[in-house]
Amino acid sequence: MIDTKTAQHPVLRLSNITKRFGKVVANEAISLDLARGEVVALLGENGAGKTTLMNILFGQYAADEGFVEVFGSTLPPGSPRAALDAGVGMVHQHFTLAENLSVWENIVLGTLPLFGRSLAARTAKDKIRALSESFKLAVEPNATVSTLTVGERQRVEILKALYRDAKILILDEPTAVLTPQEADGLFATLREAVGRGLSVVFISHKLHEVMAIADRVVVLRHGKLVAERATTDTSRDELARLMVGGTTKAPEFEARRAGPALLSLDGVSTLATKSETPLDQISLNLHAGQITGLAGVSGNGQATLSDLISGLIAPSAGLMTIAEGEISAWSPRVALGKGIARIPEDRHKTGTIADFDLTENAMLETYSSQFANRGWINWRAARKHADHLIETYDIRCPGADTRIRLLSGGNMQKLVLGRVLENNPRIILANQPVRGLDIGAVNYVHARLGEARTAGAAILLISEDLDEIMKLSDVVHVMSEGRLSPAFARGSIDAVGLGAWMAGDGFEERAHHAS
Amino acid sequence: MRLEPIANPTLTRRVLPPALAIAASFAVAAFLAMIAGGNPFQVFGLIISGAVGSKFAVLETLNRATPLIFTGLAISVAFRAKLWNIGAEAQLYMGAVVTVVLGTGALGLPGWLMLPVLAVLAVIAGGVLLLVPAVLKTRLGVDEVVTTLLFNFIFLLFVSYLLEGPLKDPLGMGWPKSARLVPEARLPRIVDGLRLHWGFGLALIAAVGIWVVDKFTTLGFEMRAVGQNAHAARFAGIPVNPVILKTALLSGGLAALAGFSEVAGLKGSLTLDLSPGYGYTGIVVAMLALLHPLGVVAAALFVAAIFVGADSMSRAAGVPTYLADIMLASALLLTVLAILITKFRVRRD
Repeated sequence: MIDTKTAQHPVLRLSNITKRFGKVVANEAISLDLARGEVVALLGENGAGKTTLMNILFGQYAADEGFVEVFGSTLPPGSPRAALDAGVGMVHQHFTLAENLSVWENIVLGTLPLFGRSLAARTAKDKIRALSESFKLAVEPNATVSTLTVGERQRVEILKALYRDAKILILDEPTAVLTPQEADGLFATLREAVGRGLSVVFISHKLHEVMAIADRVVVLRHGKLVAERATTDTSRDELARLMVGGTTKAPEFEARRAGPALLSLDGVSTLATKSETPLDQISLNLHAGQITGLAGVSGNGQATLSDLISGLIAPSAGLMTIAEGEISAWSPRVALGKGIARIPEDRHKTGTIADFDLTENAMLETYSSQFANRGWINWRAARKHADHLIETYDIRCPGADTRIRLLSGGNMQKLVLGRVLENNPRIILANQPVRGLDIGAVNYVHARLGEARTAGAAILLISEDLDEIMKLSDVVHVMSEGRLSPAFARGSIDAVGLGAWMAGDGFEERAHHAS
Repeated sequence: MRLEPIANPTLTRRVLPPALAIAASFAVAAFLAMIAGGNPFQVFGLIISGAVGSKFAVLETLNRATPLIFTGLAISVAFRAKLWNIGAEAQLYMGAVVTVVLGTGALGLPGWLMLPVLAVLAVIAGGVLLLVPAVLKTRLGVDEVVTTLLFNFIFLLFVSYLLEGPLKDPLGMGWPKSARLVPEARLPRIVDGLRLHWGFGLALIAAVGIWVVDKFTTLGFEMRAVGQNAHAARFAGIPVNPVILKTALLSGGLAALAGFSEVAGLKGSLTLDLSPGYGYTGIVVAMLALLHPLGVVAAALFVAAIFVGADSMSRAAGVPTYLADIMLASALLLTVLAILITKFRVRRD
C-alpha cells in the first residue's frame, strides 16, 4: 500500500546519495521517497548519518554522488536557497533566531520590501496569526524571542518555514530540547500539517516518538539505509534491533551496595548567569562504587552542576565536601588534585585543544605535575604517556603527533577517557560521555565506566538519553530548572515517572507536601 | 564554489603560498615603479644592491633588522596567546626612556654590570607597561586592542614632554633630545670599526630563547594552550589569567629591548624619531613569520632589507621610498590570503 502511495506522488526523492568526509562514509547510496501528506521518520543512533543526509537535502552539503529531486525537478547541489525556493523548510536542532527581535520580525527576516514596510508588516502579522491558529502553533507575534521558552522558539522556527510556504518540513531531533508535554504539542501540530497536505521528515533516535508520529520509518546505521518499515508493521523492539544491529553487546552491571559518599553537596546554589540555569539548593551524594545518573531535559542546570564539580565555578551558598573534607578554595586544578576525573560535555571545545597533537592533549591536565621538572617539559615522558594511552585505550590514529582535530569523535573521546582514567580517579564526572559516538565506541566508554565503578570510583553520569541513564545507573536523580529530585534506586522508577519529574511535576508536589 | 578545510596540508602547501605572496608583492611594486617612471628591473636591482650589495649595505640591513626582531618577537609572543598587543611602540619608547634616565650618569656601575642592569630594568618597565592593559583585560574584560593602541599616542606625547622638560639635554642647543649615554652604557660593536652593535646579537639570542621557551617549557605550553583554546585550557587547570599576565610581561619586555638596543647600540641618546614605527612594523614582521620566533628573524631581515634597499634605490632612481611601504603592505595582505589558502581548498560543485 505504501509503495503505491509513494510511487504515485513522490514530493521528494533522494536518489543514491553518497557523502564522504575524508575516509569516513557518512552516507552510502541512500535512496528515499516521501509522499504528499506523509511523515517519514529517519531513525538512527547518534552518528548514523541522519543529520548529514538532511543537510544534503537542504543544500548545506553537496553530495559526492546522487541527487535530490523535489516535485520532480532536481535541486542544484549545495544551495540552501534553491531548497527553500522549492518548498523545503528545515528546523534545526539548534535554533537560528535573532534573540533581540520579535517573533514576527524573525519570521519575515529577509522577506520584507524596502518601501511600504508598515503595510507589509501588518499583512505579515496577519498571515502569521492565521498560520499559528490553523497549525496550533500558539505564539504571540509581537513577543521578543529572548523571552520565549524553548518550546515556543521551536514553534517560531516551524512558523518561519510555513510562512515561506514550505511543503516539506524537515525536523532535526525536534524533541531533544522539549519536555514530554511540549513534545505532545509538537506532534499535534505535525498531524495538523500533514492533514493539510504537507510532508514531514522527522529525525530522531527516540523509538516511542517515531512510533507515535510517523507513517513510515527509515532506519540508518553507519551511514547505510538498513531497513524501511511501515509503522503499522513494526514494533519498538524491532526498530531498536535494527538501529543497534545487535552485533555489539551492551554491558550490563549487577546492582551493588554503595560505599561511602566521596562527594557531597548540601544545599548548594550558584549565582545566576546569562547562559546557564543556576543551581537551586541542591543536595547530592556520590557514593563509592556507584554510578549516579542525572536525567533531565538539557538546559535545566546540568551544565552548571558539571561546571561546579569540574571546578570552573564555586558554590554561592551551601556546602561542598569531598571525601569528608570541606572545600574552600575551588578551581579546576584543585578539583584535579582531589582526584576528580572530568569528562566534559563538549570534547571539541572543552575537552581538547583542536590544533594540539595527541601528546599535548594527553598531558593537558598533568603537564606540570607529571611531565615537567622545574618548568622544563619532559617531552620523552609525555610522548611515552601518549603512546601508552593510544595502546591501552585503542585510539585509532596515525601517531601521537597527529593533531587531535583529525581524529573521529570516538577516538577523541577515548583519549579524554584515557587521560582521566589513567590516574585512577576516585570521583568521575561523565557529562554526556557518549554523545555523537558510534555504538561500538558507546559500549567501549560504558564498559570502561563500569570498570571504574567496580574499582570503587564514585561516578556521576549526566545524560539526556534516558535509556543510557537507566541502563547504567545505580541511582537516578532528575534535574529541572536547577532543582534536583530525590534519588531513585535502580528499578524503582520508570521512564514515565522520570518524565514527570523532568517536566517539573514532582517538584511542585513535593513543595505542596512541604507547605 | 566553496571553501573546504584541508585536513593535513603538505609541506609544499604550507611554504609555497607565503613565497608566492612575496613574489606577487614584487609584481605589484614593479607596476607602481613603472608608473613612477622607473624601470622595474633597475628598481629591483637597486633595492637588492642597496640592501645586500656591499658590506656597508649588509650591516645597515642587520642594524635595521635588530629592533624589528625585538618588536616582531614581542608581537608573536603576545599574538600566540591571543593577547592583541598593538602597543609595542609605546613599550619600545619605555625601554628607551629607562635606558636614558639611568644610563646618562644617574647610575654609577662598573662597565660589565651597567648594560645587564639597564637591559633588565628596561624589560621590567616595558613589561609593566603592557601589564596594565592585560590586567584590565583579565579583570574587567577591557579590549586590549583599544587600550594598547591608544596608549601609544599618550606615551609618545609623554616622551615628547620628557624631551622638552626633565630629560632635555642642557647642551643640546634647544633641540628636544636627551643627554648622551655614558660610555659604560653603550652596547659595543660586534666588529671594531663596523657599524653593527651587539643589539643584533642580543636579538638573535632573544629569538632562540623565545623558541626554547615556546618548545621546551611549561610556560610556552601554557601560552600556546591559552591562545589556541582558553576555555579548554581553563578546564584543564591551566591558570589562564596568570598566563596572560606573564605573556604581557614577556611581550612588553621584548618590545622594550628594541628601545634599549636602539639607544644603547645605535643612537646613544633619545629623540622623538627613535622609532619610525618599529612597534607597528613588528606586527607585519610577526605575521609574515606566522608568529614563529625563528621565522621572525627571517621576516625582520626581509623587511629591513626592503626598507634599506628602497632608501638607496630612491636616491639613485628617483622612485619614492613609499614603494617599500607598498611592498610590505601587499606582502602582508597576500600572506594573510595565503594562510587562508593553506587551510582551505577551493572546490567547484
